[in-house]
Amino acid sequence: VTVTPILSVLPTRGLVDEKFKVALENLPPRFPVTLHSLHQSEDKDYWEAFGYYVSDDRGRVTVSQDASLGGTYTGAEPMGLLWSMRPVPGSRTGLRLRKMDVQSPMVVLISAYKGHVFEGFREQPPMASAVTERWYMAPGVQRIDIRERGVKGTIFIPQGPGPFPGVLDMWGGGGGLVEYRSALLASHGFVSMALDYLSFETFKTHNECLSYFEKVFSIIQQHPQVIKDRVGICGLSLGATVTLTMAAYCKSISPRCCVCISGSHVFPSGVSFAEVFQFKEMDMGKARLDEQKRVIWRDMILPIPTDPQRKVAMGRIKCPLLLVNGDDDQNWATVESAEDMAKMMRAAGNDHLLTTLTYHDAGHLIEPPYTPHFRASNFIVQHSKQKVVMLWGGQTKPHADAQEDSWEKILAFLRQHLYPCPSSSLPQAKL
Amino acid sequence: MSWRSCFYFLRAAHKTLYTLQEQLGLLGRSGIRPSSTMAQTVTPILSVLPTRGLVDEKFKVALENLPPRFPVTLHSLHQSEDKDYWEAFGYYVSDDRGRVTVSEDASLGGTYKGVEPMGLLWSMHPVPGSRTGLRLRKMDVQSPMVVLISAYKGHAFEGFREQPPLASALTERWYMAPGVQRIDIREGGVIGTIFIPPGPGPFPGVLDMWGGGGGLVEYRSALLASHGFVSLALDYLSPKVAVADDQSLVYFEKAFNIIQQHPQVIKDRVGICGLCLGASVTLNVAAYSESVSPRCCVCISGSHVLPAAKSLSYVINDGYKHMDKLLVDEQNRMVWRHAILPITTNPDEKLDMGRIKCPLLLVNGDDDQSKATVESAEDIAKMMRAAGNEHLLTTLNYHDAGHLIEPPYTPHFRASNFIIQHLQQKVLVLWGGKTKPHADAQEDSWQKILSFLREHLYPCPSSSIPQAKL
Repeated sequence: VTVTPILSVLPTRGLVDEKFKVALENLPPRFPVTLHSLHQSEDKDYWEAFGYYVSDDRGRVTVSQDASLGGTYTGAEPMGLLWSMRPVPGSRTGLRLRKMDVQSPMVVLISAYKGHVFEGFREQPPMASAVTERWYMAPGVQRIDIRERGVKGTIFIPQGPGPFPGVLDMWGGGGGLVEYRSALLASHGFVSMALDYLSFETFKTHNECLSYFEKVFSIIQQHPQVIKDRVGICGLSLGATVTLTMAAYCKSISPRCCVCISGSHVFPSGVSFAEVFQFKEMDMGKARLDEQKRVIWRDMILPIPTDPQRKVAMGRIKCPLLLVNGDDDQNWATVESAEDMAKMMRAAGNDHLLTTLTYHDAGHLIEPPYTPHFRASNFIVQHSKQKVVMLWGGQTKPHADAQEDSWEKILAFLRQHLYPCPSSSLPQAKL
Repeated sequence: MSWRSCFYFLRAAHKTLYTLQEQLGLLGRSGIRPSSTMAQTVTPILSVLPTRGLVDEKFKVALENLPPRFPVTLHSLHQSEDKDYWEAFGYYVSDDRGRVTVSEDASLGGTYKGVEPMGLLWSMHPVPGSRTGLRLRKMDVQSPMVVLISAYKGHAFEGFREQPPLASALTERWYMAPGVQRIDIREGGVIGTIFIPPGPGPFPGVLDMWGGGGGLVEYRSALLASHGFVSLALDYLSPKVAVADDQSLVYFEKAFNIIQQHPQVIKDRVGICGLCLGASVTLNVAAYSESVSPRCCVCISGSHVLPAAKSLSYVINDGYKHMDKLLVDEQNRMVWRHAILPITTNPDEKLDMGRIKCPLLLVNGDDDQSKATVESAEDIAKMMRAAGNEHLLTTLNYHDAGHLIEPPYTPHFRASNFIIQHLQQKVLVLWGGKTKPHADAQEDSWQKILSFLREHLYPCPSSSIPQAKL
């Protein structure tokens, strides 16, 4: 007796932030099944997720409506098969899933197994499978390498005549050229530049540092398809600190708005902005290890200093600012920083520019939605080249919810401030 | 055409082509210098969801950040494999929030009207100045159809390729889902392509045949495989195919067996699907083959009128026996529907439908100008009623649909160029149908064809399997 269910994923090819509908039909009624996802990363590791379901009286399972009874996620979770992924048993430790080549999709195999299984997936054949692609780049988005005037980055240009708003996009202290958020921003109508700002000679002075970022910002502004007065900055972690510094101190550029994810206005103790990139004098004394020897850095900027020399002068911010933080961030004291930023801006009279989103039980690495959460992962400390396991924090389900909600809000914020409002003086259709 | 109008035509055509190429990015972005200062006041955001879809997946096209009550034209553009350009467009006015939602708002005019989520695809036609008699078909199914969706200011029906759009988005339409395998079949003289769904299987199988136009047409098979059927697209008309006169059914039986014997196919769950001449072949095999038994059959725009158990080459030639019955309309288009009218009462000139032993689905358009399919279907029902096997028959008749009922959201063409295979003669054939009803017929029939195939080819789940205790 064969059970030949029909498994469908709609759409078969989606952007990373597009929802999909996974459904099974032609099962016997009230039949237990496990829906399983499998992905092989660029580093060749395998990631998986699974949920337990029971078909209804018509022999159907509809993931977007039915509750998973167990597995790596529970409840009605349309995208659980993606965000609850974790390395398969036997994998190397401390893994992090990131797509470095954005011109190819993430390929995910969705399968249906008989019964409720939590292991041995690869020992039994599934009843059915489907392959789905998840893309960071929409069709028509152009990707261009930038290697000019000492700047290393990648620009993504949306489809269409433009002109478009622009976004300077920066990742954190892990270094490298990370393109996927920029590719996704371009897929939503923003010329976006992913910047590698850590793999070059260190700056000697604060001003040298600032002029470097001013140069980068103007590369975007001067692009023929960019609206000059509609360029913003988005940064995560150390990139957020850079964002705030640029917004407060750069004289020749003015971001139209800024998004800071898991960032702080506090320079790591005892250093100036330029030295941030050197990580030389950073006081590691307050870094600690948890019981699993994972590194916790959140105390390093606590308590938030009162000395104005040690933090960005938030009173100088002149543009709308969105802060996105997780309250279980174990890497950086972002929630406390956000409170201090609000205090500084209230005192300076510019706190009307500030919006803060704090997500309960989310960790440090708040990324675009439906990609997995990892509470800790391997990390190479820039200045010492030391390899550690960094604790980022967060609980999987709340972190996934934070990624989904914050991404919507980040896109709405960027649209609101960077897309010109339609002029109401244009002649309108007579209805 | 006078020399002068010819000159203007060519200049316009060249300018159009240049502008289209710019828009399709073929000339790179250097040719475009939009204003990048504050003079640009309308910067709408155009989205297509999903950005990449299967050909039969619906999409949502939306515009936002327009001024309220702002007239716009939504436009689609596609360059076919033959390098012709196809387009469609609809007129909209943004709502009070400055939005246009194609799946909910009514188009006020253009190539389609009313609330038509997929109108930008099915109402496409060749752009002005194109060659005549064109038909849009995707021959390479391993790459997507790329469609450029654009938004223009105001309600334009021409010349809007001379103005830059307000915004555009590119979307891909695929016949093959990820994971579907495509394998060339050259086996025992059989020429075709097999498509295998992803997964362990086993799967039901479908033998898939197009019409008298010939060639190896893969797209419906690719789409069937994307829905869980091992599907073999069969070439049965090209000269390479060795179909000897006295082996009329052998070729098709061989093709059927190739599917059945595939390790991932459920042996007793193989059906046949055919359009036009392919439908006649389907009925022929279902009624007369002694060695193969299709589990079910789908016949699109077909007929049972042809000499029973005769060879294929006879069948093709015979189709042109009634040349005197072929009308040519006022636009020099061949109208073939009368060739088999009135439906013959001579049993030797039609297939014995009483011999059909499996469920049969007929899909026809009542404006079919190429074949009298509706009349044939009535006669089929009569024959099956008399033989007592009418319970196997389901007939779908679509009002104002034409002959070429294809998978949904692809354009309709009332007539197109056609090469009569054995005569190697090029004519313009009238297929019939009106665009909107034909598009509806394609959408509805495809759903019903897939349901029919699933119902008969996917094994019913056994109720004797132990069930979960809730």
